[in-house]
Amino acid sequence: MSALAANSPGAPVHAGSTLLEVRALAKQFGAARVLKNISLNIAAGEFLTLLGESGSGKTTLLRLIAGFETPTSGEIWMGGQRLDKLPAYRRPVNTVFQHYALFPHLNVRENVAYGLRVKGTAADEIAGRVDEALGMVKMHDFAGARPAKLSGGQQQRVALARALVNRPQLLLLDEPLSALDANLRKQMQSELKSLQREIGITFLFVTHDQEEAMALSDRIALLRGGALEQIASPREIYARPATAYAAQFIGQTNLLAAEVRDGFAVCGALRWPTSERDGAAAFSLRPEDILLVDAGRPPVAGSVNFRGTIRQQLYGGANETLEVACGENQTLRVRIRAAPSAAPPLDGEHAFSFQPGDAVRVAT
Amino acid sequence: MSAVSTTRRAPLLTVYATAVFAFIYLPIVVLVAYSFNRDGVGGFPPRHFTWHWYQQLLGDAAIWDAVLNSLIVAAASVALALTLGLLAALALDRASFPGKALFRRLVLLPLILPGIITGLSLLMFVVLVGAPLSLLTVFFGHGTALISVATTELFAGLQKLDRQQEEASLDLGATPWQTFWRVTLPNLKLSLIAAGLLIFTLSMDEIAVTFFLIGRDNTLPMEIWGRLRQGMTPEINAISTLIFAASVALISIWYRLRARTLRDA
Amino acid sequence: MYSRAYKTIVSVPPLLWVGTFLLLPYALMLVHSFWLVRDGFIVQQWNLGNYATLFGKPVYLEVLLRTVRIAGSVTLCSLLLGYPLAYYLSFHAGMRKEFLYQLVIVPLWVSYLVRGYAWKTILGSDGVLNGFLQYAHITHEPLGFLLYSPFAVVLMLTHIYTPFVFLPIYAALESIPRPLIEASQDLGATPGKTFFRIIVPLSMPGLLAGATFAFVLSLGDFLAPLLVGGASGTMIANVVQSLFGAAYDWPLGAAVSVCILLLTLSLLLATETLEKRWSFK
Repeated sequence: MSALAANSPGAPVHAGSTLLEVRALAKQFGAARVLKNISLNIAAGEFLTLLGESGSGKTTLLRLIAGFETPTSGEIWMGGQRLDKLPAYRRPVNTVFQHYALFPHLNVRENVAYGLRVKGTAADEIAGRVDEALGMVKMHDFAGARPAKLSGGQQQRVALARALVNRPQLLLLDEPLSALDANLRKQMQSELKSLQREIGITFLFVTHDQEEAMALSDRIALLRGGALEQIASPREIYARPATAYAAQFIGQTNLLAAEVRDGFAVCGALRWPTSERDGAAAFSLRPEDILLVDAGRPPVAGSVNFRGTIRQQLYGGANETLEVACGENQTLRVRIRAAPSAAPPLDGEHAFSFQPGDAVRVAT
Repeated sequence: MSAVSTTRRAPLLTVYATAVFAFIYLPIVVLVAYSFNRDGVGGFPPRHFTWHWYQQLLGDAAIWDAVLNSLIVAAASVALALTLGLLAALALDRASFPGKALFRRLVLLPLILPGIITGLSLLMFVVLVGAPLSLLTVFFGHGTALISVATTELFAGLQKLDRQQEEASLDLGATPWQTFWRVTLPNLKLSLIAAGLLIFTLSMDEIAVTFFLIGRDNTLPMEIWGRLRQGMTPEINAISTLIFAASVALISIWYRLRARTLRDA
Repeated sequence: MYSRAYKTIVSVPPLLWVGTFLLLPYALMLVHSFWLVRDGFIVQQWNLGNYATLFGKPVYLEVLLRTVRIAGSVTLCSLLLGYPLAYYLSFHAGMRKEFLYQLVIVPLWVSYLVRGYAWKTILGSDGVLNGFLQYAHITHEPLGFLLYSPFAVVLMLTHIYTPFVFLPIYAALESIPRPLIEASQDLGATPGKTFFRIIVPLSMPGLLAGATFAFVLSLGDFLAPLLVGGASGTMIANVVQSLFGAAYDWPLGAAVSVCILLLTLSLLLATETLEKRWSFK
């Protein structure tokens, strides 16, 4: 852990312990209930992403933690004290804004130094820390420039430095990469992740882009309609989505509405063993878990096999997605490695298989 | 919208803002109140309510002559200022010629210079030309000085104009003249009305330039001014109240027009 | 896209008109300042006598200084009233913002004379204010300094120009992106520090514009002194007015006017340069 996090103001935090607690937080704007009873903990040193569509409440939650809104009910705790009772300027929390919010009348150096100057830090300490922060985001050469002269990516780095120089216990990032073009975005994602690893400060990141969330986060908190849908690591949330919404929002999936009886789940032409109880149940089956079986190959032990007709073949570079009709009115998505360019298009009836364990029960 | 900025309570500031509003409106309130006062324009409190002064006002021929004069001058000034102002705005927006920067500053000068300087300069010109002072010279003074208002307003309107509409018109075969009447002018409707209303109001109220260019026929402000020299009666309060009411009516019409035009746009 | 004919048609008429009826008159004013008056007639003898008089006789400098003082006071008071008002509307008015804005604008449309006259009736010895003060037993005699004094001129002009000063300041405050305020607080600045470090600098262009407007127009005002200024409240423009009137010395009057003009123009140039330096877009 770098000097930056070790010198954070406030109570010493050990990586892994709980840094921030959100308890039954709710927020209402007039008649609109934007956040409904959210509770979650953020561990020190982790990269937690709030993921959701617009209107899911993720930005509101971030703003509540930053101090730009006050909760309608519930509490936020940090370092043993009520955070939500403190005004924004007293919280050991800093924000990187979506459109950077750099001060146009100050140059880069003055922007980054702002938080330190406002607290009355000594001039030479300011100079040293500003240089350190600018170095971290590789913007040292632009120290004297005004924000208006910088590109979007450069402004974003300055915004990051401006927040980090204060050594906050928690850094909030409000969709900071959404205004960048695709290539720059990928590059910044990588830089952000290594930066966080290096300095060890806890990051709370907001985005609607699930790929971004999966690439960057230690844990993802999926929000929907103001409520917490699921909170887990990216791998966990992908492999074991808790709900149908989670399964469909993150990655792609086949949602199977099945009927379970005597240890077997039946959905259309598919039938597989399951330990779930009798009754109706929904299952998520990822497209890449369904295998196209070569003609003539014997079935693998324990796998579920079925036949289906390929209706569509959608080429995607590294992979191909097949739309397969099996049984009556049942279409599945199957993802396979792309065939070499010389291969003929796939057509007609084929054999498919999947492992019963890949069909994950999800709540609806 | 952030809760931090808009709805945070700031009691001292609210009190102060209210006080400023009171300062701005109290004199007008007093003025209106005393127009109904039997006993004069001063003293406190006003005791006897009467319509007398308004009745006296109704029969005051000199005032109404002055009102008519002002209306004529204002209407003519609007016509002159809008026409030349529109041309000037178009020239500034679209043409380049030697001395353009100087021209722009010259056009705007009456706006920022004290009225007395413009008035006296025009007086010197009138004397040089040998013309007698009359409503004509007043109109000439207002119209010329208020070109600056028209130019500013119309120039802003032209900047907001979608240039491609004019290009589309030409592309479809309309001549520049037709394009001007069918496309440019309609798009400037809001700016023209705004400028017109403003010029009208400024002309009706104009004193500084009028002071030096007036002949025998008075405009309304000059008539009131003359009365003031003789002494103050609530009749002046009455005409002032009517002027105030007319201003409020004018600005409400302006707002409604603007709202409707913005909605239709 | 615009033909030469088009461009000629739009530029020639206003150029001609403005050249003849604005440039020429202003030039006449300048020319007159170098002439003099002898035996009641204007003599076209070129000399700098008028300017010598201006700088030589202390009375002119006195009036000018008083005028600058009054204009400065008006500007200061208008700012002290107009800025907080604009700040309140922009940051604290919430739903009522639009309505309150219209409320501030309305007096601008009401006649200058009407508003000046209102103050005349309020401030006199027999005026409303003195009447009220005596009625409420706050004073027992009318206060004489209220009317026909520089105080009255400053009061009246402040009343006139506060809405003028409010307008550009309000526009500037409204154009400050709200995330900047949030960012400042996020970085640890209290609302007070945010105000001085972020809001004030970013509203400077508007403040300058409003202040210049109030100062320049107060400087050249001659009506307010005539209405409420009395003998002690005359300003430089009144000097000009009397020189063109009863005191019949057009050349000297022209010289004073030229001085006012130069003062005004240099002020405007100065603020324009400052405004450019302080706008950060």
